Amino acid sequence: MWGILRRSAVDGGGGFSASSLRRTRFALVSARSYAAGSKEMTVRDALNSAIDEEMSADPKVFVMGEEVGQYQGAYKITKGLLEKYGPERVYDTPITEAGFTGIGVGAAYAGLKPVVEFMTFNFSMQAIDHIINSAAKSNYMSAGQINVPIVFRGPNGAAAGVGAQHSQCYAAWYASVPGLKVLAPYSAEDARGLLKAAIRDPDPVVFLENELLYGESFPISEEALDSSFCLPIGKAKIEREGKDVTITTFSKMVGFVLKAAEKLAEEGISAEVINLRSIRPLDRATINASVRKTSRLVTVEEGFPQHGVCAEICASVVEESFSYLDAPVERIAGADVPMPYAANLERLALPQVEDIVRAAKRACYRSK
Amino acid sequence: MAIWFARSRNIVSSLRHNLNLSGILSKRDYSPRPAFTNSQLSSRSVFLDSITSLRHESTAVEKQHDLVQQSDEEDVQELDFPGGKLGYTSEMKFIPESSPKRVPCYRVLDEDGRIISDSDFIPVSEQLAVRMYEQMATLQVMDHIFYEAQRQGRISFFITTVGEEAVNIASAAALSPDDVVLPQYREPGVLLWRGFTLQEFANQCFGNKADHGKGRQMPVHYGSNRYNYFTVSSPIATQLPQAAGVGYSLKMEKKNACAVTFIGDGGTSEGDFHAGLNFAAVMEAPVVFICRNNGWAISTHISEQFRSDGIVVKGQAYGIRSIRVDGNDALAVYSAVRSAREMAVTEQRPVLIEAMTYRVGHHSTSDDSTKYRAADEIQYWKMSRNPVNRFKKWVEDNGWWSEEDESKLRSNARKQLLQAIQASEKWDKPPLTELFSDVYDVKTKNLEEQELGLRELVEKQPQDYPPGFHI
Repeated sequence: MWGILRRSAVDGGGGFSASSLRRTRFALVSARSYAAGSKEMTVRDALNSAIDEEMSADPKVFVMGEEVGQYQGAYKITKGLLEKYGPERVYDTPITEAGFTGIGVGAAYAGLKPVVEFMTFNFSMQAIDHIINSAAKSNYMSAGQINVPIVFRGPNGAAAGVGAQHSQCYAAWYASVPGLKVLAPYSAEDARGLLKAAIRDPDPVVFLENELLYGESFPISEEALDSSFCLPIGKAKIEREGKDVTITTFSKMVGFVLKAAEKLAEEGISAEVINLRSIRPLDRATINASVRKTSRLVTVEEGFPQHGVCAEICASVVEESFSYLDAPVERIAGADVPMPYAANLERLALPQVEDIVRAAKRACYRSK
Repeated sequence: MAIWFARSRNIVSSLRHNLNLSGILSKRDYSPRPAFTNSQLSSRSVFLDSITSLRHESTAVEKQHDLVQQSDEEDVQELDFPGGKLGYTSEMKFIPESSPKRVPCYRVLDEDGRIISDSDFIPVSEQLAVRMYEQMATLQVMDHIFYEAQRQGRISFFITTVGEEAVNIASAAALSPDDVVLPQYREPGVLLWRGFTLQEFANQCFGNKADHGKGRQMPVHYGSNRYNYFTVSSPIATQLPQAAGVGYSLKMEKKNACAVTFIGDGGTSEGDFHAGLNFAAVMEAPVVFICRNNGWAISTHISEQFRSDGIVVKGQAYGIRSIRVDGNDALAVYSAVRSAREMAVTEQRPVLIEAMTYRVGHHSTSDDSTKYRAADEIQYWKMSRNPVNRFKKWVEDNGWWSEEDESKLRSNARKQLLQAIQASEKWDKPPLTELFSDVYDVKTKNLEEQELGLRELVEKQPQDYPPGFHI
């Protein structure tokens, strides 16, 4: 098996060109060389190293999901783990999200620390009863006697050209449930720090990754590469400081907002970009402090607009910092339609950099 | 069969007379249904099982039935529990986890395409056989060309059916066009058989404005109202309880049709498999469940998927009649599906077919199966156990097909497909109006506003949108 793997790596895995976004999205074929200890790291490697280190540190941690073991993971996040830890700690499940989620929760009840992978959070719908009714509520219902130290992770939100049943963002759904913690990393440092924190956390954590970010490289500090590195849950990060308008977002949209901030800077608008990192608990303190500084708010997300994460942030800011606002708060979200496949329609259904720039300008009363 | 009918009718009429249960009994249609054709149940048990399907049952009532039947019976000690009477034994015996012998596989053609002597099968006319072969070969060409198109970057994704052409085409040939099909995703052959054109397949894969799906779905997520083929849905096994529902609806409308649904070996691990089969049995819905056991669920081999003797043995657990068939034998698949369909419709019951086959291709274009299985295993099945070649030999031996026909068919299919792809590629993608339509039956006000807002935005800021953007 390993011989075949290496052979395919050498062959380049069947004609894929690394430049095409669509191909890299499905690049399960070619094995890439993952350089550890360099100053840049892909999100994929960040996640892989985080899981590896936590499994090494705590024998109770184990990984479970479809194709996580022998296949090295549908998106190669769990690459190499089966070989290192064996089939009892890297468990390939039959196809039943409801089944393996239930099993994971049961294992957590009994004291193990499962890391359950959903091939995409869209498939977690087939298991959502276990996530909500078995995991989220157990500690409360049992008056603290049954805690559930489980992590549910996998790609969330839109990828590219995967249609309605593979593109929904579940941040708002899971973040509305007390008992769950919901995290959404952006960079490699976020991925490492937040996943390690999630695995160590005694509460159930929903960890929302993004397929298109897996292959992206980010600079990473020596501190973040250390095996004891951990980011606090519930703290947002100010990716770019500014003084004219606060723009909040999470996951893949952080990249879009940073690009928008560049464009705004050219026009003399200094945007403060907040990467939420933690959707539940939401870092209201950081968001409000920023709005009190800039007096303007634009919230951005990829998911559906109604009852979204943006709606919650707007409500929080209006409630706590109303008198500091100089302009109405605004939400930029995906279109209120199931995600279409055709590339032109898909582009229209998602926020683009231009939409964010325009919203920020409106907030600054500078729009055409 | 006739003996059972006579007996059950007598029992029913005598009961009606003696026990005044006419009110309850008449709610059910006791038209002759040979419920257990190959078991050794006594007439009393057959009757009792019919009665136990009624909701208002009590053990008191059963005791009275007992009185009526005693004269017919041998002297058997029985225990009375909800669900009916059962015999008891003082010997502690566990039912073994597996039978000493696996359930055999029904086949008609041998590997050389010759009919095995004394085979039971439904004869197939020259016209039907030739059409079946043509469609199997066309499916092969279609798979090859669309796969290449994906590799060239012309479409984003594709799922092939290589190795499973017989399951696809022979099952489709055995159904009536009114039978409602709920596929998983490896059954485009059924749609091809029913009349979906190569151009229509290409349009769906390219998601252009001619696509019946209006560019809403990923490639291979075909559907057709016209051909009674439900649109392919990505979550696994959801089509199984849906099929039970469709079957129930056909039953209520008394249509001469059944629901036919497909699932792979991996999909039977889903909870929906249990719900679908169990409910179809309880509702006595006309559903044919066809499981394509092709050995692999992406990289998960069947040995890691279940510990039972495949899927066929699970049928009886649900009270469903089942058969295991050689899925690479087109004649066997045709006979089995045809018979199952008749049973489903005339007896209003579900039937389970496990078609043994092999997934020669990768799971999809996002997979490279050489990473988890031996290349010579794939070669073996591709060359020596090829269902298309096997059927071809039989059709040729009958003098119904020649090499000339073969090359003409393949080159025509190839030409048509290449033309279809070229055309599909050039056509425009669906316009902006299709972004907001069909979310609901009637567009809601907020959607109308969003559409208007977006239209204005695109017109006002054309520099932010790619050139030639279609409104």
